[in-house]
Amino acid sequence: MQEKVIEVQHLTKKFGEFTAVDHISFDVFKGEIFGFLGANGAGKTTAMRILCGLLESSSGSAKVAGYDLKYQSELVKQHIGYMSQKFSLYEDLTVQENIMFFGGLYGIPRMELKEKSSYLVAQLGLGNITNELVGSLPLGWKQKLAFSVAIQHQPKIVFLDEPTGGVDPITRRQFWDMIYEASSKGLTVFVTTHYMDEAEYCHRVSIMVDGRIEALDSPRLLKEQFKAATMDEVFHQLARRAKRNAE
Amino acid sequence: MKFRSKSFVFIFKEFKHVLRDRRSLFFLMAQPVMMMLLFGFALSNEVKESNIAVIDQSNDLETIKLIDRFEQSKYFHVAERLTNTNEIDRLFRQGRIRLAIIIHSNFANNLNHLNQGQIQIIADGSDPNTASIATSYLSAILRDYQNELLGDKKLPYSIAVETRMLYNPQLKSAFNFVPGVMTLILMLLGAMMTSVSIVREKEQGSMELLLASPINPIRVVISKAIPYLLLAFLNVVIILFIAVFVLNVPIQGSVFLLLMSSLLFISTTLSLGLFISSVTEQQQVAMFISLIGLLMPALVFSGFMFPIENMPKIMQIISNIVPTRWYYAIVRAIMIKGLGLSSIWKECLILAGMTFFFMTLAIKKFKPRLQ
Repeated sequence: MQEKVIEVQHLTKKFGEFTAVDHISFDVFKGEIFGFLGANGAGKTTAMRILCGLLESSSGSAKVAGYDLKYQSELVKQHIGYMSQKFSLYEDLTVQENIMFFGGLYGIPRMELKEKSSYLVAQLGLGNITNELVGSLPLGWKQKLAFSVAIQHQPKIVFLDEPTGGVDPITRRQFWDMIYEASSKGLTVFVTTHYMDEAEYCHRVSIMVDGRIEALDSPRLLKEQFKAATMDEVFHQLARRAKRNAE
Repeated sequence: MKFRSKSFVFIFKEFKHVLRDRRSLFFLMAQPVMMMLLFGFALSNEVKESNIAVIDQSNDLETIKLIDRFEQSKYFHVAERLTNTNEIDRLFRQGRIRLAIIIHSNFANNLNHLNQGQIQIIADGSDPNTASIATSYLSAILRDYQNELLGDKKLPYSIAVETRMLYNPQLKSAFNFVPGVMTLILMLLGAMMTSVSIVREKEQGSMELLLASPINPIRVVISKAIPYLLLAFLNVVIILFIAVFVLNVPIQGSVFLLLMSSLLFISTTLSLGLFISSVTEQQQVAMFISLIGLLMPALVFSGFMFPIENMPKIMQIISNIVPTRWYYAIVRAIMIKGLGLSSIWKECLILAGMTFFFMTLAIKKFKPRLQ
């Protein structure tokens, strides 16, 4: 049996009368790339925010990185990384300053960070940009850099909230290469995405509809189960069942 | 150790944000200078060189001497000499005069024989402040004139009224506006800039990243206030510098006490800013609340523009909860009256209480998790 790094049981989140997340249960294993899909308003962002400790659940339980979310959320936060499409890095700070800042947040010593930052930039093949403002970089570079920054404190799990939104296909491909590399080293990747071709890259995929997980398996088995050629078809078959309007 | 280095990382970043944003920085530093110079040289509630119209129906030796006195003073300029009272209205309407003086016929004769000369002053009541100031200047000139006429003679009964304007003998307006400008600038900077900068993190989504990290959210918020604390303090120093060396307003009391109480007030405004940021999600809303919700009451209720004592009872009660009122009183007490801690401890205590109150509220309200 593989090591479980996320264990979710009957997790529920209610906003007043509205049940955004409705008794979901699933496990994610170490080193897995776990795709978390769902239409807008299906509740995937809410669920992900709960797992990152950004929101409190209404009921149910979840263990992330081996710690109970309810009672050990600080420990959870120390062992996860988080990156979202909405915001990745401070645009008015330089590449190095961003690395130093986010590293500092997780308590990485300054000296170590200084060495790391030039190594990190070199590894990304971005040339000599350590002292450039992030705002001046192309979006694709920013996202790759943001991913590196999100995992520089060596978390057990990294949560990616639509990390490749608005990025060109080539850069997306490169981004996924980075994800694969990190996962091969034992990092668990929990990713939400709108791109169904990206869903094919995941080891396992869950699809949320109206706050519930309606399907969870590897892309290959899901396609067999729904008799579909692509993940896109699987997704649409499920999404059509939704009764809720998109928010 | 870990606590300190993490906080340092944060404060360092905040300074970078502030220093990189050149436009805002310029605005923050130039604004007090501009306001001081504007109030110092352009806006003034001293009424100088008022144009007046004179209707001398007597035209004798005494009235000529009297009118000459008006002209001699730096406050008046006899712009029009009329013969008909009907023209006064037109001149007022055209805005060419501030006052009209009508000297009734037989002025010298009546003065010498009946001991009673009659002069009528007509002022423009549409601008009551200016009108009453100009009228009082004119009355003073008339009083001087009368005293000279009396010479050694004594009135049978007389009450000698001698007025002395304490602390500000020349009634210089700078004495009034320097504390006022300080109060407003600090309020604006402290509350608005802090709240906007925190709400910006919420709006651009970086707050999510920070909250997903193991750092204590309270520390995030407090670190954001520190650069503004220093900036605001720097502004106090600049304002005082201009006051003393450019506008010649001396600091009568202890400079140290003034700086310390300013620091206290800055803390109050910062905690207000933190409070605003804890209840809003958009920069525009934060800005709106700071401007309309804070700056307006700050202006109205500080006592800077309108004396609080003249307000209706209900407004006076409201003014008590406006922090600027207390700081304005402190600055005036120290700077203009030269008073010490013993006279301002009450105000300081109120400000400290408010700081504590808003800080507690902000921390309670600030959700460590998103909505």
